[in-house]
Amino acid sequence: MTASLVIFFVLATVTVLAAISLIVQRHPIHGALSLIVVMVALAGLYLLMGAEFVAAVQIIVYGGAIMVLFVFVIMLLNDGEEERTNFSKLATFAGIPLAVAVAGLIGAAVVHSSSSLPAATANATLTSTKTISLLIFTEFVYPFELTSFLILVAILGAIVLAQREDN
Amino acid sequence: MNDFLTTYAFLIVPILKIAILVFIVLTVDAYLTWLERKVIAHIQARWGPHRVGPHGLLQPLADGVKFIFKEDPLPANVDKVAYFLAPFITLLLALTSLAVIPFGPQKFTVFGYETHVGIADVNISLLVLFAITALGVYGVALAGWASNNKYSLLGGLRSSAQMISYELTLTLSVVGVLLLAGDFSLRGIVEQQAAGKGLLSWYVFPQIIGFACFYIAAIAETNRVPFDLPEAESELVAGFHTEYASMKFAMFFIAEYTSMISVSCLATILFFGGWLSPFPDSWTFTHYLPSVLLIPFGLWVIFDGIRYENVFGRIMLPGVGAAIAAVGALTAVPAINPYVQGPFWFFAKVFIFLFVYIWMRGTLPRFRYDQLMSFGWKFLLPVSIANVVLTSVVILWRMH
Repeated sequence: MTASLVIFFVLATVTVLAAISLIVQRHPIHGALSLIVVMVALAGLYLLMGAEFVAAVQIIVYGGAIMVLFVFVIMLLNDGEEERTNFSKLATFAGIPLAVAVAGLIGAAVVHSSSSLPAATANATLTSTKTISLLIFTEFVYPFELTSFLILVAILGAIVLAQREDN
Repeated sequence: MNDFLTTYAFLIVPILKIAILVFIVLTVDAYLTWLERKVIAHIQARWGPHRVGPHGLLQPLADGVKFIFKEDPLPANVDKVAYFLAPFITLLLALTSLAVIPFGPQKFTVFGYETHVGIADVNISLLVLFAITALGVYGVALAGWASNNKYSLLGGLRSSAQMISYELTLTLSVVGVLLLAGDFSLRGIVEQQAAGKGLLSWYVFPQIIGFACFYIAAIAETNRVPFDLPEAESELVAGFHTEYASMKFAMFFIAEYTSMISVSCLATILFFGGWLSPFPDSWTFTHYLPSVLLIPFGLWVIFDGIRYENVFGRIMLPGVGAAIAAVGALTAVPAINPYVQGPFWFFAKVFIFLFVYIWMRGTLPRFRYDQLMSFGWKFLLPVSIANVVLTSVVILWRMH
């Protein structure tokens, strides 16, 4: 068992446990905290694959910016614990069979292809900051600029919505 | 035994380095509080700490003992997990940020393992620092929310909003340096500034706007005067740490001083050439500057000590002075001298930044909250974006 394998299992366990905790937690803040742990542990997994830049951006964007907004909103609304309600009929009759079916499907797929599942490897030269920047501004420049434009429109929309009451 | 050491050196050496660094940083933190109280006291024509030890030198020790033995009450109806986690997150992140900072140019070999002065030499150390800063908000936000106190909650909210706002400027102000250096590694950035011309090749000159934005945003990120609104005592009691006492309160304090140190280190590395000397390489006589500064300072401490008002001071101060003078004399020894240069300049610059922090606390009034927000978003952010555009244009113009 190599050191990187040990680290992989530790990080993978943390990720899965935190993801389960995210669903199980009844307080929104605890859920948000679990999600932060998932994000940071995922960044650790990226780092293990040699994708330094992606790992750092994962923490800065998801762990930092986006999750801070989640926590901020929960704090601002001062939301309390969720109240437990009775299962809706839809969940009992459609949700549970569907969940079992999806789990069975994924399980079957994994069992059938276990011999041919290749280990994920990230090419260090492909994931370096320089390569990613070059790709963004050459090959993927249109998708990149379109996404930025979309985000800009979303920001403008948010401002318009927020200012509506003044008029 | 030797086999064991060389086989596991990759594990043992970093752990040793971490232990040494944490010990040094915690000691520096403690004496930074002493320096802060002393300097502010003298700015305000007071004595400052003077009772515990000569010139209050043992005050940090007494404070530490007090923090450990104070009662640690748990307020009613707090969210226990978040309440306990908050100070740990804050301190953990503050200490982690020091892990990627290089303190000197030399490599040395321990147990057959070659290593740097500094814990980790990462390719993307600057991004790692920003990642840690990005997570830093949680400690303060959680502390404010979990305490079940309206002042804490308001302090936590203010501070999260402030840190999110100034984080943008902090990141953007560094882009100019990144464009010039073409490297995310802090070691690489310092080496890019070593053009042999001394002072003139530092990035503070081409990036003076970037430096101004960086330093203002960094002060706001560390929640220090004049941006210390999260703990504005006239409005919010003590802000997010109102409900914290004893060692948990101390952890917030240690974290604050540690982030002051790491921000000062970062400013030194990015804009002031890190461990590089401000003098040209040919001025070899400047290599004896550490001795020239330390020996007279040590002698002055001895001279001041023998006239001190009580016996304890008359024993302790000359001892301290002799130690300082001895260190000064040691740095002049030819075998040691070259190894002292890097760390000496690094720590001298960091010390100046830390002193400026304290100086500002002694002189500047606090911002009003709306002023803080409009200053950050309407002035600082546009200026730092303009700096990025300007730097890119100049670099492109030079290339063609």
